[in-house]
Amino acid sequence: MIRIQTEDFDPGAELEAFSAGNGKVGGICMFLGLVRDYLGDAPEKAAQVRGMTLEHYPGMTERQLAAIEAEARSRWPLHDVLVIHRYGRLEPGARIVLVATASSHREAAFQSCHFLMDWLKTKAPFWKIEHTADGDLWVDAKEKDDSAASRWDLPQK
Amino acid sequence: MNVLYFAWLRAKVGMGEEQVSPPAEIATTGQLVDWLKSRSDGHAQALADLKVVRVAVNQDYVGWDHPIRQGDEIAFFPPVTGG
Repeated sequence: MIRIQTEDFDPGAELEAFSAGNGKVGGICMFLGLVRDYLGDAPEKAAQVRGMTLEHYPGMTERQLAAIEAEARSRWPLHDVLVIHRYGRLEPGARIVLVATASSHREAAFQSCHFLMDWLKTKAPFWKIEHTADGDLWVDAKEKDDSAASRWDLPQK
Repeated sequence: MNVLYFAWLRAKVGMGEEQVSPPAEIATTGQLVDWLKSRSDGHAQALADLKVVRVAVNQDYVGWDHPIRQGDEIAFFPPVTGG
């Protein structure tokens, strides 16, 4: 299931409801992404970010995330997939994204959750603008996100 | 066709969406970019460096030689930064 929303969510309640009652589920992996309070890769510059605003491309976001979910389900034996992604203004510490996967065994749950986040980062049409003391800055895409996503490339046939 | 701009491209172009009717010889996404750049300084600035621009036709990622047609939804935006 894919949910794109402005409102916050309760990770505990989501986890509780996720795959509830499915006795075949032996393992759930959940990733939670939060808004940092510092810029770029420099934690020593903490508290520089006053918040961020996420925008997205309604329609394409849902379409790309559905395709990513379908790809995950084709690669691993999953009982369930949940992706929640927020947009709009978010304060430091706020939850941005939740990805959860359920499988019979842990390996598929771990790997597919990792895969979903890596592909989401490089394919889902979201953009962040950070609100700092020096003004508003559009966040640049990172090369390390591309290389993280490429680890899941399938061998060329 | 309906053209959409997101993130800093929208800021540079000065609008998020416009209806355009390019001449018939504009047949690909790359040709559309060249045609759009002639519409205003903002368009020209937003689309100056295609290394930092992605394009989608009808909500799927495509390249700069992808064919375009009347009625298409064509979006230009920077590399994505969600998650």
